[in-house]
Amino acid sequence: MPSLFVLTPFLLLVVVNLPFKFLRKQIALWPAVGGMLVAQVVFSTFYPLNIGRGIADPFEQFFMFGLSLDSLSSIMLLIIGIVAFVSVLVASSMISEERQVFHFLNLILISVIGMNTTVLISDIFSLYVFVEITALAVFVLIAMEKGKFAIEGTFKYLILSAVASVFMLTAIAFFLMAVGSTSFAAIKDAFASNSSDAFLLKLGTGLFLCGLLIKCGVVPFHGWVPDAYSAAPASVSVLLAGVVTKVSGVYVLLRLFGTVFILNAALQNTLLLVGIISICFAAFASLTQTDFKRMLAYSSISQVGYIVLALGAATPLAFVGAVFHFFNHAIFKSLLFVNAASLEKRLGTTDMDKIGGMGSKMKVTSATSLIGLLSTAGIPPLSGFWSKLIIIIALFSAGRPVYAVIALLASALTLAYFLSLERKVFFGKVVASPAAETKASFGITFSEVLLAAITVAAGLGFAFILNTWLLPLKEIVH
Amino acid sequence: MSIDIILLFCLVLAAIWTVMTVRLIHSIIGLALTSVLLSALMYRLASPLAAVFELSVCAGLISVIFLVTVSFTQRVSKEEMPARRKERFVRFWGLLFIVAVAGLLLILFFKAPQFQLPPPAGEQNVRDVLWNLRHLDMLGQVIVLLAGALGVAVFFKEHKK
Repeated sequence: MPSLFVLTPFLLLVVVNLPFKFLRKQIALWPAVGGMLVAQVVFSTFYPLNIGRGIADPFEQFFMFGLSLDSLSSIMLLIIGIVAFVSVLVASSMISEERQVFHFLNLILISVIGMNTTVLISDIFSLYVFVEITALAVFVLIAMEKGKFAIEGTFKYLILSAVASVFMLTAIAFFLMAVGSTSFAAIKDAFASNSSDAFLLKLGTGLFLCGLLIKCGVVPFHGWVPDAYSAAPASVSVLLAGVVTKVSGVYVLLRLFGTVFILNAALQNTLLLVGIISICFAAFASLTQTDFKRMLAYSSISQVGYIVLALGAATPLAFVGAVFHFFNHAIFKSLLFVNAASLEKRLGTTDMDKIGGMGSKMKVTSATSLIGLLSTAGIPPLSGFWSKLIIIIALFSAGRPVYAVIALLASALTLAYFLSLERKVFFGKVVASPAAETKASFGITFSEVLLAAITVAAGLGFAFILNTWLLPLKEIVH
Repeated sequence: MSIDIILLFCLVLAAIWTVMTVRLIHSIIGLALTSVLLSALMYRLASPLAAVFELSVCAGLISVIFLVTVSFTQRVSKEEMPARRKERFVRFWGLLFIVAVAGLLLILFFKAPQFQLPPPAGEQNVRDVLWNLRHLDMLGQVIVLLAGALGVAVFFKEHKK
């Protein structure tokens, strides 16, 4: 069954590249890619409820991919499906030129293949290969419009990714030397048995962590994040901030450091420290931003800090909190980037000094952005509140009260910078007059409503989500 | 051992030339040369399979892709060349300083860890590795090539019009 998540987008990729012109027509391409992503969302939603698990995999006999689907993977597939679908919806409203549509859909299919495989794989080398595939597609997507800032953002991302790759590849070589295999199971056994190659394992773990922290974009490796997020086209910003950096950095961190490697005290302290510095530094940096997308980018760094912090607590409850915050962050950050896309489409800018008083003119964007902002700040009963609550309780119960208090206070800072954003953009004086296009497109409005509804539903239905999706995660943690 | 060190030294020189040279064609030649030297090192380190892949994919295929990409770009004019060359050297002075400081720190403070490397694993059958063990990585390689081709099409194709 898991191989369908890799082969379906791959077959679609092959089909859209066949030399038949009618296949390239937008009318055929958008529904095909969108439909595939909806199918992924539907399957991964029902998987934890034991629906659809018996579906036979027609490719199982031909390909031995070694993929496995567990509770963590199914949540990740759900996030990838939702965010990629929203990105496609936003792009359908913003990209009209046939050639660009063709390139965009090709690249998004490649990134979906990369991300789906990353979350299903159980081999550290193949994981590296598919993380790189995802990054490769996204480099091109960010710079697709070829603006100066887009090229600069891509270049920074590319160079830092290359540095991360060096760290990760060297670490994989050490694991191979110490364990003789690159499978998760063999590496996990080597950690558990406390083998004679403990030095190589420790070295590999440290190097892999450095690579992953760059990919996560946390402080002090965050230099590329604001440039890449703000310079990318609107639909790509949604994909990049919502899911790409999360899967290629944060998910790998959760999977390896939560379920494969054994965290010693030094690693735990490193993660806690990196997490708390990211939360505070990025929250303060957000306060000084004047561009909507750059502010969201810094906020993203801060929220990823919470996930890293939770991982550093190294308890099953903290892991559950980290995964739930991952899900929530992917949804509400995508929502806020769609709001930014809506503003950009209407006003042609995301500079907050040039925008004001849009609340009465863009009612859906204004209302949904408020939901996204309040959820990010952790206001009850929205989803962000529950995930932050779990993380803070887990930190207290792990004997880390100082970190818990700082994380709590930083939430107030988040609320402060987002209220300032809301006041400037939606409730302030009218600064700019809308450009020629005044009617919001269906794709963007639908995405805003969909993501806001998920944020509210995940908050109100927290008890159901906890029992169905989150508690099974405890089984895969050390 | 000494041949390995000489090869490693030449590899570093070739890699530095690759990033320092102003002309993109020279960079491609430098990269191919680096790959050839790396292949020789891999062969010397008892990994002929990896050496063959490095030689065919990195020195061969990747160089061809770069050549195609460079063919879409415009040549730097002769007037601009001296300025570019100067700018390139100025940019890399800092690197020399970092290498010197890092080398000095390593010599002064680094103690080699006491551990033994495990013996190298025996060479596996190539067919076995490619077609039975690493299905997914093969698929990954196909997708990487496709993504690279798309990248070239997106960035450079229109320049030719």
